[in-house]
Amino acid sequence: MPLQYKKNPADIVFSATTAIASFSVIIFIIGILYVLISESSPAIGRFGIKFLASTDWNPVKESFGALTNIYGTILTTILSLMIAIPVAIGIAIFVTEISPNFLKGPVGAAIELLAAIPSIIYGMWGLFTLSPIMSKYVEPFLKKITADIPFVSILFQGTPMGIDILTASVILSIMIIPFTASISRDSFNLTPPIIKESAYAIGATKWEVVKNIVIPYSKIGVFGGIVLSLGRAIGETMAVAFVLGNNHRIATSLLDAAATITVTLANEFAEADNDIYLSSLFYLALVLFVMSFITLAIAKYFLIKAERKYSR
Amino acid sequence: MKTILKLTLIAALILSFTHAHAAETLNGAGATFPYPVYSAWAYDYNKITGVQLNYQSIGSGGGVKQIAARTVDFGASDAPMTPEELQKDSLLQFPAVIGGVVPVANIENIKPGQLKLDSDTLCKIYLGDIKYWDDAQIMKMNKGLKLSHSEITVVYRSDGSGTTAIFTDYLNGICPAWKEKVGAGKAVKFPVGIGGKGNEGVSNYVQRTANSIGYVEFAYAKQNKLNHTQLKNAAGNFIEPSFESFEDAAETGDFDAKKGFYLWLTNAPGKDSWPIAGATFILLAKEKTDSNKSVVRFFDWAFKNGDNKAKELVYVPLPASLKDKIRAYWKEKGLY
Repeated sequence: MPLQYKKNPADIVFSATTAIASFSVIIFIIGILYVLISESSPAIGRFGIKFLASTDWNPVKESFGALTNIYGTILTTILSLMIAIPVAIGIAIFVTEISPNFLKGPVGAAIELLAAIPSIIYGMWGLFTLSPIMSKYVEPFLKKITADIPFVSILFQGTPMGIDILTASVILSIMIIPFTASISRDSFNLTPPIIKESAYAIGATKWEVVKNIVIPYSKIGVFGGIVLSLGRAIGETMAVAFVLGNNHRIATSLLDAAATITVTLANEFAEADNDIYLSSLFYLALVLFVMSFITLAIAKYFLIKAERKYSR
Repeated sequence: MKTILKLTLIAALILSFTHAHAAETLNGAGATFPYPVYSAWAYDYNKITGVQLNYQSIGSGGGVKQIAARTVDFGASDAPMTPEELQKDSLLQFPAVIGGVVPVANIENIKPGQLKLDSDTLCKIYLGDIKYWDDAQIMKMNKGLKLSHSEITVVYRSDGSGTTAIFTDYLNGICPAWKEKVGAGKAVKFPVGIGGKGNEGVSNYVQRTANSIGYVEFAYAKQNKLNHTQLKNAAGNFIEPSFESFEDAAETGDFDAKKGFYLWLTNAPGKDSWPIAGATFILLAKEKTDSNKSVVRFFDWAFKNGDNKAKELVYVPLPASLKDKIRAYWKEKGLY
């Protein structure tokens, strides 16, 4: 305890409560990890590390592998970040630097409202509204313009059905935009006005101010927002379950159906009726747990590094 | 001191109430498919007898686990447990209501019920061996229909479900290639196609995708007037999915009380039987005689008074002969 003045009972209670609250989080995490490991131990014993490299997912033959699910998770996450980050940063720049004052409130509120919509609503909207639009207009268009470009055309092979990796990624990106956008906006707002005004004073344009002052000044915050979005994208379930097609295959085209770890868990957990099946699902959850942990650790590492560099 | 006394009294009062209620509450858990009919029956039963029935539709797998752990008064499962499994967990089993699976297709200019398929064709479509609607095997059965050379999109249920279990059991029974390559279960590795989540997912995919075929629950197909197909049954007749054809399947199905009514009601031998039917089952813990009697009283009431309600919700009630068999089973176990 850093401060040792008088032993005030209220202080003791206060510090004890906060300490218990913090430690309970750690205990929960360890508890979850323990349950995941103990429940998945039959599958770990049977499939071992090969589980991660196998593409077979066959409940009938009791042969399970996680690769298709890991692949789907990583692919949809990366694609959705590719769509979401530019849009979110654009929104943040508009709200902080460009938009007239009377628009800042409504646009900001709308973005935050996006974050409050339950994911099942995104899923239903994706299935009934977005996916027909994707299959009728967006995907045929993408197919057409990429048809003559070697390699890129592979990405858009197959019948455009709207139930695929692309649609799922678009939905995911809409869901994670609010996180990146609102945190980026808050970070942009922290740029000292005096620096920006100095830049304007020496004749910088808006674009130059954003590019050379606002973004460098707040990139740690923006990066934090991206990490938060990444966490949400990896773990998102319901919205994706409706539009991904749930197919345990390694897809090469963005118009193919795929499966993610979370979707497989949501789909198959309730009716998994033999032990090795259930255990494999727990193993899959453990893989996701570790994946999330690694991503967060990498992100934290870069954040700390950037912070140090910046504070120098 | 006074307040503490008061609080204790209130607490005691509340506890005594919950206790009084607990005697009249039956807890069940399991399959999602029969949930609407069970809760409708429970509502009516509660009005007449005051007995409260709580049914949690957590899925068949969960229902089996809960009754095996004895945390509920009855479990419910879409897939029958084998006599050995019943023996192992010391459970009793009987069917409660009939449901089934209907193939639905979306082909231009083809109206509901026009397309005829047999088991071999359906199997080959789901295996990916028949790829186009104008395949000779399909054309042979549908001489009057104009089928174009368009690729078939196969749709299946992506979430583990009794619907998939019944459907794959049907294919397993009549199609050796299916049995060898895929097998039967609540979730299987489909060789081709895309997976929709739930009946609503499958039907949505089928309705939106031209030249597609999928399979959904009978109730779902009927309520949403989906474009169903006819199927050739074991007796060689083309059959429409209807209350009558399901009842016929239930009547001709060989439910054996000695095996805990273990039966997959697919490919029933009746000449008007729909080939992809299935009963949904109730599971009881052998030793819990008191609560079992209450559960049996509820289902006995439902068998006597619940047929119309079931039909309203598009479930097929058990045929009278089967109900009698179940009552005899109850009697034999000392529950009726």
